[in-house]
Order: sequence, then C-alpha cells, then structure tokens
Amino acid sequence: MENRELKIHARNVRKKIIEMIYSAQSGHPGGALSATDVITYLYFEKMDISEDNVSSLDRDRFVLSKGHASALLYAILDEKGLLDEDIHTFRKIDSKLQGHPSMRYLKGVDMSTGSLGQGASVAVGMALANKLDQNGHHIYCLVGDGESEEGIMWEAMMAAHHYHLDNLTYILDLNHLQIDGQIEKVMDPTPFKEKYEAFGLYVAECDGHDFDSIKKAFAEVSKVDDRPQVIIAHTVKGKGVSFMENDPSWHGSAPNEAQYKQALAELDKEEA
Amino acid sequence: MKHETRVAYGEALKELAEVNKDIVVFDADLSKSTKTAELKKADPSRHFNAGIAECNMLGMAAGMAASGKIPFASSFAVFASGRAFEIIRNSIAYPHLNVKVVATHAGLSVGEDGASHQAIEDIALMRSLPNMRVFVASDYYETKALIKHVASIDGPCYVRLQRGKSDDIYDEDSTFDFDKVKVLKEGDDVALIATGLMTQEALKASDILKDKGIDAGVYEVVSLKPIDEEGILKIVKGHKKNFTIEEHNIIGGLYGAVSEVVAKDPSNPVYPIGVNDTFGESGQADEVMKKYGLTADNIVNIVMECAGK
Repeated sequence: MENRELKIHARNVRKKIIEMIYSAQSGHPGGALSATDVITYLYFEKMDISEDNVSSLDRDRFVLSKGHASALLYAILDEKGLLDEDIHTFRKIDSKLQGHPSMRYLKGVDMSTGSLGQGASVAVGMALANKLDQNGHHIYCLVGDGESEEGIMWEAMMAAHHYHLDNLTYILDLNHLQIDGQIEKVMDPTPFKEKYEAFGLYVAECDGHDFDSIKKAFAEVSKVDDRPQVIIAHTVKGKGVSFMENDPSWHGSAPNEAQYKQALAELDKEEA
Repeated sequence: MKHETRVAYGEALKELAEVNKDIVVFDADLSKSTKTAELKKADPSRHFNAGIAECNMLGMAAGMAASGKIPFASSFAVFASGRAFEIIRNSIAYPHLNVKVVATHAGLSVGEDGASHQAIEDIALMRSLPNMRVFVASDYYETKALIKHVASIDGPCYVRLQRGKSDDIYDEDSTFDFDKVKVLKEGDDVALIATGLMTQEALKASDILKDKGIDAGVYEVVSLKPIDEEGILKIVKGHKKNFTIEEHNIIGGLYGAVSEVVAKDPSNPVYPIGVNDTFGESGQADEVMKKYGLTADNIVNIVMECAGK
C-alpha cells in the first residue's frame, strides 16, 4: 500500500477516534492518537485479518495492552470494515464498544485488556500457544511507556526471551506522557532500549508518525528468528490535533463541541 | 490410609495430558511441591515454569486459554489467589478464559512456614469473582476426580488443595457429583457441613459426639461456587443447629457461602467453625490446627456449647 493510502486510513482512524470520544463525552484521545499511525500500518500491511477470519484463532493476533486506547482499536476495525457495532455507541450502555476492550463483547478483540501490563503477559501465552501448534502466526502487542512502570511488563519480557518467542513483537508507544505528567518525572521507566536489550529482546526504533520509518522497523524485526522483538515508536501524544499534542490533560478527557469541530477540521486539512 | 491431595493432582494431570493434547501446565518455581513436575516428567514440552512470577504465570495461562488451550496453573494458594488476584480478575475471570488455577498449600495446615504462607482468604477472594467456580477437595480420590471434572468445564476454575496428608474418605470405586452437597453421614440432631481437610475432622467429631448422645450428620461441600443451594437448605431445614467447618477465615469462605443461601430462607441457625479472622503462625501442622481450633475436639466443644446437651 502506498504511503498516501496509509495516511488516508490513519486520518480516517483519527477522525473516528475523535468522533467516538466526543459522542461518548468520555475516553482517552491522547494515547489513541499517538499510536494511530503504527497500528494503522500493522492492520493494513502486516496482519492477515479479514471478514473471513476475524472470529478465528487461525491468524495473526493483536493485544492492545494499553487498553485505554480502545477507541483506536475500534476505529481501526471500523476502517477495516470489521466493526460489528456503530462507533457512536462507544462507552454507552448496551454497546459492544466497552470503555476498555472486551473479547466477549466484540469480535476482532483478541484479548480483553484495560488493567495495565497484563496484555504484555497474555501475549507471551498466546505466542507460546502458537509455538506449540507450530502455526506460524504472529502476536503483536502494543504497550505504553507509562504502562511500562508495571512490574508484570518486565516479568513478561523475561519470559518472552526465555522461551525464544520470535513470533512475538511488542510495539512501544513512546509518547513520554502519562496521566500525572512526563513519564520521566512521574516514575522514570527509561532508558527503554537498554532495558529491552538487557532483557534479551531485539530492538528496532522508528518515527511513529512516518510510514517509511515504520515500514523499515517492521521489516527489520521480521528478519529476527531467535528472540522476541520490540519496536520503539517515537510518538507525540495527541498527534494530529494541535491542542491535544503533548498535553497530558488529553490523556483521558473528551473535547467539547468547539474543540470537536476544530479537531475534525484540522484532521481534514491534513495533507494526505 | 492417608494420602496427599496434591499427589492426586500430579497424577491426574499426567493422565489428562495423555488423552487431551490441549492440556498445558504452568508453575512458579514450586513444581515439586505442587506436583505439576509429574507432567513435566511425562511431557516437558507442555510444562512451563514461570519462575517466581505468579502474576506473569497467570497472564501467560490466560494467553494460552485465549488460544484454545486448557492451562492448569499452580502455586501456593497465598500467591496464586492473592498476589495474582487482579490478573485472575481482569485477564481470566472477566474474559471467561478457560484457566484452571489449582492452588496447593492452602490453610493453616501449611504449618512451619507460618502465616505468610497460610492462605485463609483464598476462597473468599475467588468466590467474589464473577464467572469463577470454586472447589475444595478433601482427599486423594476426590481430588483425582475433581481435577478431571474441572478439565471438562469450559471456564475459569479455582481448586484449593492442602499441603499435608488427609484421611482417605473415598476409594477407587467412589463416584462423585460435584454439583451436590455430599452426604457422608446422616444425623438427626446437628449438621456438620465441612469442606476440604476439615471434612475428616467433622467425621471424627461426629463419632465423638455420638458417644455424648448427639447424632451429628456430616456433609461435604466440594463446589463452594456455585453452591448446591437446594442441598444446603434441605440440610439446614432438617437440623435445629448447623455448623460450617473450614480451614479458612469464617469471613467469605464456607460459612459465607452457606449463610448467603440460608439467609434467603432463615429457619435454623448456622454457626461458623473456622479461622476466626486471624492470621496463623508457625508450628507443626497438627499443633497449629489445634491452637486455632481446627480439630475434631474443638468441633465437639463448639457443638456441645451450641447444641447444649
């Protein structure tokens, strides 16, 4: 797929994220927008998910360990034509679009997440199962930088390395912000690269908003055949909406009507 | 005869794995104690040691279950149910994943290791989780059947086993209906409703009470959740005094489960015999059990006091 098409998909995804969170007047825009480009690339270029296999285990699977970015996952599924629910029901009563994704509510959600760090651990179990079944499928797992303050994250990576899970790729959304501020000031989880390498993972890095750079990182890790990998995606929290960028107050708050209109207008103006 | 229930667990795992290729087993550096090492000997490719990382063990088990496997995950009850509680809540119970948490070394009968290792709250923790089924086994034969039973259930299960040996209550030919309260002995005067290791104490207490002129029925509850409401109500309606007997805090365990049923139709009182909302301590298992009142003699004393004969 051309970068131009990927950019259009990413723009649509961002608009859906804003639409959902505005409609619900609740949700987490900052960390959904920061990871939009890299997850758009993943779903449109790497994963073999389609209408035919969305309910099957017989495909690559994705764990959104930073489950509060649920609007991103729903928007991506919607952009792929796989979302079995109206995005405007997000976070509302009787909706399949739970505040944090639930695999029991919505097909296409490969693991229920929301409690931070746990998805990274579950992804190890999924990759182990793929190894047992020798099915060749890959597990992708998006983790947050603030989330990496959880101890289980590192237990998971230790195990992923121990079991030589070359069929597991973590993606770190490194936007440097968590609810209470800069990650380095709240509880510094850096340096990531050195920590991952010390835990035995292969590390690639990319500009998380540049499709050439993202493509290169995915290509690089796909050559690794002896250990789990992590792609450190350098991102901007709130990317694409000027007033949300690099502002931790947009971690978990919804835009008002004026902000909503401005956000959509800005995204529409973006060069594809 | 006396046997260890955890030995039955190891044997059952091996037998299950032979006939079901989806069975996988996780442990957290206690495989010789929990007896999951039995499966490791039989098929090392399906035994995963998480190391001393119970949270990650349960997370990995959830991932296996999300991939269609039937994982059994074991550690001591304190760590399996307590340290990993929120992993079990959010990554196993909430998504209704088919993980079997089999916890050994529950209760005060852990003995010498002391209170840090004596789970008295695990039943309460696990019982409070939607989707979770909770079982407590009393003897070797029952454990073996119970492990096979939980393997056949599609959904999360918690099984509580103890460290030490317990009296054989059943034998090779026993059949089990785990959905029902088991009547071990009918008795007209009082009902002793027991679970796990305390079942043997309830049976002994019943014998002693008989000599004192009290006819005590003994009933075993294996499935604490869901609990056999009909069976419990029938027992309690049929006895003027009822006693729950457990090696667990009287808050949230068997007493809680039975009281929740009985309170819907109060007829006859139920008295708790168990760990009285206190931590345990070190000592030989029988000494600790005696000090904290988890013996046939103390059951007799309490029954005599309450039943007043």
